[in-house]
Amino acid sequence: MIKVRNLTKYYGERLAVDNISFDIGKGEIVGLLGPNAAGKSTTMRILTGFMMPTRGDTWIADCNMVTNSLEGRKHIGYMPESVPLYTDMTVRDYLDFFARLRGLDRIRTRKRINDVVMLCHLEEYVDTIIGKLSRGFRQRVGLAQAIVHEPEVLILDEPTVGIDPIQISQTRSLIKELGKLHTILLSTHILPEVNLTCDRVIIIHNGKVIAQDRIENLSAIVKGARRLRLEVKGPLDQIAKRLQRIDGVKRVVREGEFLIVESPLNIDPRGQITETIVKSGWTLLSIEAVDMSLEDIFLQLTTKEESA
Amino acid sequence: MRNISTIAGKEFRGYLNSPMAYIIICIFLLITGTFFSNYLQQISYTDTTIKGFLQYGNILLLLFAAIITMRSLAEEKKLGTWELLLTSPVQDAEVVLGKFVAAVGIMVVMLVLTLYYPLLLQIFGDPDMGPIWTSYLGLLLLGSAGIAVGIFVSSLTNNQIISAVVTGGILFGLWYLGQAATYMPTAIGQVFSYISLQYHFQAFSYGIIDTRSIIYYVSIMALFLYSAVRSLETGRWN
Repeated sequence: MIKVRNLTKYYGERLAVDNISFDIGKGEIVGLLGPNAAGKSTTMRILTGFMMPTRGDTWIADCNMVTNSLEGRKHIGYMPESVPLYTDMTVRDYLDFFARLRGLDRIRTRKRINDVVMLCHLEEYVDTIIGKLSRGFRQRVGLAQAIVHEPEVLILDEPTVGIDPIQISQTRSLIKELGKLHTILLSTHILPEVNLTCDRVIIIHNGKVIAQDRIENLSAIVKGARRLRLEVKGPLDQIAKRLQRIDGVKRVVREGEFLIVESPLNIDPRGQITETIVKSGWTLLSIEAVDMSLEDIFLQLTTKEESA
Repeated sequence: MRNISTIAGKEFRGYLNSPMAYIIICIFLLITGTFFSNYLQQISYTDTTIKGFLQYGNILLLLFAAIITMRSLAEEKKLGTWELLLTSPVQDAEVVLGKFVAAVGIMVVMLVLTLYYPLLLQIFGDPDMGPIWTSYLGLLLLGSAGIAVGIFVSSLTNNQIISAVVTGGILFGLWYLGQAATYMPTAIGQVFSYISLQYHFQAFSYGIIDTRSIIYYVSIMALFLYSAVRSLETGRWN
C-alpha cells in the first residue's frame, strides 16, 4: 500500500531524510518511531505529496507520489502534527469542505459527516465554531477530517501529542478501530504508543531507518539488556572502573549522582555488585532496575548498526 | 472546475463571516459616496456623471484589493491548513483560482452596491449610460488585476500585514507609473505609461472599450495568478 524507495530530502544544506526505504502492506498499522527532528514529519509530508523529495520515490496505492501525486492524494487521509483547522468554521462546515474537496458528492458527504462525527464522538459539537473547542476535541476534528472521505491510507503525524491521558487512550482505541478498515502509518516519539497501537514499527534516527520489525521482536530488543541504577557513596569513577571488571557486566556509565550498570538479560549481577562494593569499603545506598528509555534504545540500535 | 467552486464557495463564506469585508465595503461606500455627491455639487448639478465616484474610486479599489487578498493564502500558511489543502487531490492552480474567484466575487458585491449612484442620476436627470457602464467594466478589470497581484504576494508570506503592505505598494507603484512617465523622455515615458494601471483605466472612463486595455488587465491577472501557482509549486520542492 505504501512503498518508499531510497527517499532522500535536503532542506538546503541540511539532510533531513537519508536514503530511507520501507514497505507497508494493506491493513497494517505501522508506527514511525523516532526522537524529535529524526525526519518523521518530513517523511510523512513527502508521502502525502505536500513536499517533493530530493531523491527517491514513494508510492501510495501504486501511484507514484512524485509523478502522479494528484491521483495518489485521492487515497490519503492525513492529519499533520499541528492539527490545522479553520478556526472560524463550524465542525460540520469544515468536514463538509474537505469531503467535497476530496471528491464526495453532496449526499455522500452528508452521510459520511454523520458517520465520522459518531465515530469520533463529536455529536455535541458538530455545529460549534472550531475556535471554541478544546485541544482534545480539535484533535478529534482533525482525525475526522482525515477519514471523512474513506481513504485507503491514513497518515497521522503524532496523533496523541498535547491531549490529556484519557483522550490519549480514547484516540488510541479509535486508531485501532480504524486499523480494521485503513492502512495506517502513524508517527510518535513515545515508545508505549507503538506498543499499544501498532503491528509493526519503523525506527528512524537522524533521517535513517535504524530498525524495522514487528512489535514482539522490538520488545526483545528493548529487553535485550538489564539495567540497574546504583546509588553509591564513594569515588564514582573509581567504582565504575571496578564494577566494569565483574563478569556479566557489559557497561557502566555515570549518570549524575548515579551509576547505570548494564548486563545481559540472562545474568543477574546484583549479588556480585553489592559484594564488590561492600568489600571495597564503599557504601551502597540503593540498587534498582530501570527501564530503557527511548534514547537508550536509539543509542543501542545505532551503536549496534555501526559495530555490525 | 468543481474544486474551484468548492474552494471559492468556502472562501466567499469566510469573507461574509468575518467583519473585515463589511468594514472595508462600508468605508469604500462612504468615501466614494462623498466624492460622488461633492463633485455634483461643485459643478452645480449641470452634468450627470459618476466622475466624482471614479476620481478616487479606482485608487480605493486597489486598496480594497490589497486588504481583501491579504489573508487568502497567507492565513492558510499560518494556520497550517495549507498542508491539508495541498495534500487534497486538487491542483495548485485550482486553489489559486478558487481564491481569486471568491475575492472577485466580494468585489463585485461591492461594485453592485455602488450602482445606486447611476440610479440616482437616472432618477433625477438624464445621464449618458455608455461611459458609466464602460467605467464599471474598467473598475472590474482594474480590481481583478489588483486581486491577482494580492494573491501572488499573499502566496509568498505567512504574514497578512506584510502581504497587504507589499500588495498596496506594488499596486500604487503601477498606478502612479503613468504620472511619473510625464517627466521622462518620450520613449521611456511611453513604455512606463503603457505598463501603468492608470493609463489603461482612462479610456474606460471616457466610454471607450479599448481591446488593448482589456488585454493589458487580463495579462496582469494571468501573469500574477500564474506566478502564484508557481510559488506554490516552488514551496513543494524546498
